[in-house]
Amino acid sequence: MGEDSNKPKVFMLGWEFPPHNSGGLGVACLGLTQALAEHNIDLTFVLPKKIDVVRNKALKILFANVPNISFEGIDTGLAGYISSSEYVLRREEQDNPLYRRSLLEEVRRYGVLAAKLALGRDIDIIHAHDWLSYPAGVAVKKVSGKPLIVHVHATAFDHGGGEHADPEIYRIEKEGMDAADAVITVSGFTKDIVVNKYGIDPNKVRVVHNGVFEADPVKSNGGSLLKLKEAGNHIVLYLGRIALMKGVDHFLNAAKRVLQYQPNTYFVIAGTGDMEGQLLRQAADLGISDKVLFHMGKYVGGQDRADLLAAADLFVMPSVSEPFGIVPLEALLEAGTPVLISKQSGVSEVMKHALKVDFWDVDEMANKIVAVLRNPSLHDQLSYMGVTEAHGVTWEKAAEKCMQIYHEIISVFKHT
Amino acid sequence: MMTICPYFHVHQPFRIKKYRIFNIGVDHDYFNDASGTDLDNKFIMEKVAEKSYLPTTSVLQELLDRHPEFRFALSFSGVVLEQMEEYAPNVLEAFQKLVASGRVELLADTYHHSLAFFYSEREFGRQVAQHRRMIKRLFNVEDPKVFRHTELCYNNDLANWAERAGYIGIMAEGWDPVLGWRSPNYLYHPTGHNKIKVLLKNYRLSDDIAFRFGQKGWAGWPLSAEKYAQWVFSHNGDGNTINLFMDFETFGEHQWSDTGIFDFLRELPNQLLQHPDVSFKTPTETVESYDAVGEIDVQGVLTWADTERDLTAWLGNNIQQTSIQALYDLEEEIMRTGDKDLINDWRKLQTSDHFYYMCTKWFNDGDVHAYFSPYDSPYDAHIAFMNALNDLRFRLDTTQSGNKIIKTKREAAHL
Repeated sequence: MGEDSNKPKVFMLGWEFPPHNSGGLGVACLGLTQALAEHNIDLTFVLPKKIDVVRNKALKILFANVPNISFEGIDTGLAGYISSSEYVLRREEQDNPLYRRSLLEEVRRYGVLAAKLALGRDIDIIHAHDWLSYPAGVAVKKVSGKPLIVHVHATAFDHGGGEHADPEIYRIEKEGMDAADAVITVSGFTKDIVVNKYGIDPNKVRVVHNGVFEADPVKSNGGSLLKLKEAGNHIVLYLGRIALMKGVDHFLNAAKRVLQYQPNTYFVIAGTGDMEGQLLRQAADLGISDKVLFHMGKYVGGQDRADLLAAADLFVMPSVSEPFGIVPLEALLEAGTPVLISKQSGVSEVMKHALKVDFWDVDEMANKIVAVLRNPSLHDQLSYMGVTEAHGVTWEKAAEKCMQIYHEIISVFKHT
Repeated sequence: MMTICPYFHVHQPFRIKKYRIFNIGVDHDYFNDASGTDLDNKFIMEKVAEKSYLPTTSVLQELLDRHPEFRFALSFSGVVLEQMEEYAPNVLEAFQKLVASGRVELLADTYHHSLAFFYSEREFGRQVAQHRRMIKRLFNVEDPKVFRHTELCYNNDLANWAERAGYIGIMAEGWDPVLGWRSPNYLYHPTGHNKIKVLLKNYRLSDDIAFRFGQKGWAGWPLSAEKYAQWVFSHNGDGNTINLFMDFETFGEHQWSDTGIFDFLRELPNQLLQHPDVSFKTPTETVESYDAVGEIDVQGVLTWADTERDLTAWLGNNIQQTSIQALYDLEEEIMRTGDKDLINDWRKLQTSDHFYYMCTKWFNDGDVHAYFSPYDSPYDAHIAFMNALNDLRFRLDTTQSGNKIIKTKREAAHL
């Protein structure tokens, strides 16, 4: 330990930071790091070099006057949310020496480089975010002899739609969790997966819910949907990745049921992902193509996103398996739009003022959608109370919990 | 001389099942959940019968047999009696036996445990009359003399109504902001009245049993009958009556058997009667024995709920207000149909519990346990209620158009 025993020296391993990659992991790492900066901490954040702080202007500005946070870069071709096949594709696309190895080899090599970087450093605790950095975390633990925390933002099961997992990634995840002194999960939902599917001792697993950023939202200036609303129609919105784990197919089935009772309703599906074609066909098969507005093929952000959220009477997140799920909180904070979320989501653990359904319960989903469309007081109550509640879901709370866990693990480690 | 006036309130609502949009127009049974969960009214009645009603009536019977001085009052909602008749006749018999002792007073109340007084005095009056008929039929008790209202609601208007209706006593919470320096252990007149008297709940001594009995973190824990009797005796000289008002389900349901609540109840009269100056009186005996010492003035609504002692747990938010208003908006049309089933269902939807389940007041504090609800969330309660109400509206419309057709046919025949 250094001169200040209350100031833990944290060696943090991550993969992405916004705006380089707008995936949830990067946003979470940024939120947590910013909030941790307010604490008595000495944090070194290690990232792949291409998004090293040196080349990331936004990050550089954000942390320019934060002396207790520093960044280190490592050369690698890895990026967050990558699968073996994606990696192979990228390797073949680009004639980049960094992509010459297999994904597994690259992950291990990254670990060796991280361990090299850690050599001779004064470290109290290692904190590794998501599976790509677990082997690095384990390697650093070996060379430094210090305790390791792995932070689970998602598991291979989430990407596999709840039931299946890429065996290669599963093995890396499990090795990381087994080697860790503590596992942080972003929800109780993910904790259950970690305990039940990875066989991790529940006493080793701590839940630290994510927070949400309260940036000044982009103002909606109407958009084309307003005309539909003025004509007396309702808008129900899905916004997110168009992927199996997101349950958008269940949402479409619910839409079919809703339309039998509330025909003046339009369902908007906005986002991008590998299920776009399937959804188009499904809407056609259900005979509701005229009532489903697809806004797919590209990432939805900025003005488009603001217009969609503002026009929506209800935001629906029907996820099959969602470790956390930040968008419902953003829908409330940015537009006051009430939300219906699946119980199979981490965010449902921090939201009481949201309607909740099992993702597979299409009838109940339809029942609740119709209820909001028909009862303005229900809409308003969910909006008003939901916004208040969302303000309380902060990264400050997450950072506080992390600090407690650091102190606890360090102190246990010292005494054993 | 100081007397103890215990009164226990017995109530179970007809809970609305998970009534969905798809049920509207095709399923007119709102209260027939049979899932064996907390929405299943039969299941709940059987569960509470076993945990509370049967063991508690048995202890009370034992006490009546053992102590000729022991007496108390009961108030039943009509909807709980209806469910006992249907699901637990043995419970009803046990209560009937208690009342037959002649030492158990029954109180007047609304049949539907409703808040009708604040929305329609006519409907309120009809529900009180319906309750009176039920009490007469099941217990052979004529015209209760003391009135208690849903959730112990009280205000000047209600007291005024009760005096005009001929009641000699009415119950209310003995709440400090209303009393000021005065004691709840005396009788009072409502402002501007000199006949009807108000019996005020001693909420500290009542809640020691009803809420705190089993709380291990409470300074009074564990509470023995002997210790409690000493607390009661310490009031000797401060007033005439200690009014102990609480839910009947306190015994065995709110305070589980393993807290020792039944042993406490079994021993309490014995401990209280040890004191030469202490005895028991029913509410009517209390009213007839003591003079009012002053007036109490309640303009807003006083209840026995929460730290606010108001109606915000029932009517505090937008969804609660919308639901209850939409319900009472149907009154005239519903009553005009003369359709018994329609009117009964409309009334069962008036039970205050439905609105209580929609309460979001404490929902932010993480203090969800303060509000018991069989629904997953207040929003789910609201959705089921509104769907059922929409079906009622649907039935109303079909009944009305049906009448119209008959009328037209009749008219046609006359032509």
